[in-house]
Amino acid sequence: MSIEHRDDTGARFGMWLFLYTEVILFSGLFLLYAMALSKFPDQFSVGSHRLNIYFGTINTLVLLTSSLTIAMAVTAIQRGRIKLTLGLCAATVGMGIVFLINKYFEWSAEIEHGIYPGSHHLAEQGSGVAAFFNLYFFTLGLHGLHVLIGGTLITVVAVLTAKGKVTSERYTLLENSALYWHLVDLIWIFLFPLYYLII
Amino acid sequence: MSEHQHETEHQHEPVPFSTFVKVWVGLLILTTITVIVSRIHLGALNVWVALGIASLKSSLVIFFFMHLRQEMRLFKIGLLVMLCILAIFIGFTFLDVLYR
Amino acid sequence: MSETTYSYGGFWQQGHRPGILGWLLSTDHKRIGIMYLCCVTSMFIVGALLGLAIRLELIAPGPTIMSAQTYNATFTVHGVIMIFLFIIPSIPASFGNLIMPIQIGARDVSFPKVNLISWYCYMIGAVLAVLAIFTGSGPPDTGWTFYVPFSTQTTTNVDLAVMAAFMLGFSSILTGINFVTTIHRLRAEGMTWGRLPLFVWTLYATAWIQVLATPMIGITLLLIFAERIFGAGLFDAARGGDPVLYQHMFWIYSHPAVYIMILPGMGVISEVIPVFARKPLFGYWAMALSSLAIAFAGSLVWGHHMYASGMSDMAILVFSLLTFIVAIPSAIKVFNWVSTLYKGSIELAPPMLFALSFIFLFSIGGLGGLVLGAAASDIHLTDTMFVVGHFHYVMFGGTGFAFFAALHYWLPKFFGRMYNHKRAVIAWALMFVGFNFTYMSMQALGVMGMPRRYYDYVPEFTTLNQVSTVGSWVLGLGLLIMFVNLWQGIRHGTPVGNNPWGGATLEWQIPSPPPEENFGEEDPVVTHGPYDFKGVVADEY
Repeated sequence: MSIEHRDDTGARFGMWLFLYTEVILFSGLFLLYAMALSKFPDQFSVGSHRLNIYFGTINTLVLLTSSLTIAMAVTAIQRGRIKLTLGLCAATVGMGIVFLINKYFEWSAEIEHGIYPGSHHLAEQGSGVAAFFNLYFFTLGLHGLHVLIGGTLITVVAVLTAKGKVTSERYTLLENSALYWHLVDLIWIFLFPLYYLII
Repeated sequence: MSEHQHETEHQHEPVPFSTFVKVWVGLLILTTITVIVSRIHLGALNVWVALGIASLKSSLVIFFFMHLRQEMRLFKIGLLVMLCILAIFIGFTFLDVLYR
Repeated sequence: MSETTYSYGGFWQQGHRPGILGWLLSTDHKRIGIMYLCCVTSMFIVGALLGLAIRLELIAPGPTIMSAQTYNATFTVHGVIMIFLFIIPSIPASFGNLIMPIQIGARDVSFPKVNLISWYCYMIGAVLAVLAIFTGSGPPDTGWTFYVPFSTQTTTNVDLAVMAAFMLGFSSILTGINFVTTIHRLRAEGMTWGRLPLFVWTLYATAWIQVLATPMIGITLLLIFAERIFGAGLFDAARGGDPVLYQHMFWIYSHPAVYIMILPGMGVISEVIPVFARKPLFGYWAMALSSLAIAFAGSLVWGHHMYASGMSDMAILVFSLLTFIVAIPSAIKVFNWVSTLYKGSIELAPPMLFALSFIFLFSIGGLGGLVLGAAASDIHLTDTMFVVGHFHYVMFGGTGFAFFAALHYWLPKFFGRMYNHKRAVIAWALMFVGFNFTYMSMQALGVMGMPRRYYDYVPEFTTLNQVSTVGSWVLGLGLLIMFVNLWQGIRHGTPVGNNPWGGATLEWQIPSPPPEENFGEEDPVVTHGPYDFKGVVADEY
């Protein structure tokens, strides 16, 4: 359009709507989880105990802290502190990478023990345990994909910030990327107790 | 030009770093509580306590980190609508699964 | 009819890049709307041809023109194309894009680039669907509903088909996000919520459903895909899964999807009837709020597709009760359209004929919906031809005819030319008669016990099947005449001015075709409602 009609509030609102679609997307998996948990409470407990609670807790702390840093990045750019903004973005992405590396180690160990979707070992464990792990891999895998997407978004926005395209006057792109990242954190806040902490 | 195209660019006040840090500490505390409580046998209540604490943590992230506190009422209504729909989808499916 | 062939003014001439790139890279809602319009119309024609093929096969028991496997694939592809590639985007993506920003007094939508991306998602979905039909192990044969366990086990191109549906869903989501935001943020000065045209209200309600319901089919499709690749067994009863949960997840979207289909159609009818009755729409706020009510209530009733699937009695009871409730706002709309006609000055122009027949056909479909919504009668009628008749009455007689009404009402605005009215009326008459013979026969067959999606049938069903097939030929002839007439109208029709119909909404105050950015230098200021015809005079043509 030749006439510039900027609407930052509208842009944020559109982003919130998109986040709702992501929540509903994951809700399908939570729905399956809820039904399976009600059907196999004891086997879900067995499955949960086989997950590594240390990896899970550390990853929770990593994501919560990364939410802190990206939230602070928005304040930083509002105050015109570009270098700080870039540092905080880098910290956020860095923690996202740590999260993914943790996941890699976690999953390697599990796969080595024969725990993966459709495996023979899982089939022997009982349908509840199999359902638990099938949902575990699918849900956390989809979540991991979103960590990757979010990290990429923030990296792109950081580059744009360094180039002066995102400024203290015009930072909706950073705000919206931060919103996406917070969503990734929110999903994990629910995943963590439901998968790692079933007693 | 219409009125509300002029008001577009009133920016929100930056949220102080200290506020965010306090929220973060709250989140860490709640995470610790979640883990501790999860090791206590409460039977069917465990899942609900876990979901309750997760909802509390989410509220902190949503209202503070995601600035929902400062946004228009429309944003809050939108969130409410989505959560209602979510509750309906899962709740009504339970009407089937639990009563078979 | 003018002999000068098409050379359209306004936005047709005002591309930012020359030639085809000016369209493929355009973020102008009108150009995107035209591109969508061409796509959905083409998809309708393909889907209609498949429908005619199905009817031809069913003219006699036993094999007629195709094998059983081909028949399964044909009705599957017919459904996939009609639902995902035609009906769902038909009105919102084409006419919604063309009209909505103008009707609210805006220059464009909130996110023009996202709008273009939504069209590309649609095109990718269309390409994947074509690949699913013509490559590899052949077109899917599961029915458009992809029920497990068959969909996870069949060797046909289910993977490609679900990927296509996923992309089309994503396109729908992006349109929904755009429309909700636009309607909230970009209304012109004086365009209060109480002055919005009903078409905009219905697009708004539709957009919310697109945002909140579509992701559920997204995850369901991903799960089918994962199931076929990894064999996890989440829906496999033998491995602790539950196939009925697939149906829940599928219908949680697909029931609200039918409201995505019908609401914009209802919006079109609410635009057309006041103009051709020269009377304001009866009960403006009832019409506006009933749109929201339909959207909300429609999200509560998906289980009525599953009465015979093994759900608990409790679920059957609740879903059946709620299904009756969703009929109420729909009925309010029917009463208000008819009340608008009362003591109006009726002009039976082609858009009005389609609108009036919409009311008739949608009502029949809606009544059939009550019969199916009541669990007791549904047990006898589910998976029979009655269901097929019902949904064609609402989706084709409803949304389809509304789409045709929109074509006849708004094409003159966007092409600046008027089609031949007499031929339009002849086409309509053939379609109306043909439609009823085609689909009322199906409802009768269903009550008599003929199952749906069956390749063959017992001899006592033959006569009604023949009637239905001949009806489909009359319907097809009507469609052909309609499209040829509209095409000739676009190319050689009499040029029209701003307001050939005498409408009071904003699109009739700007040139036909509209210029880029819709309004002149100054943003419009709105001072009256959308159905205030005082002082409105139609341009002669």
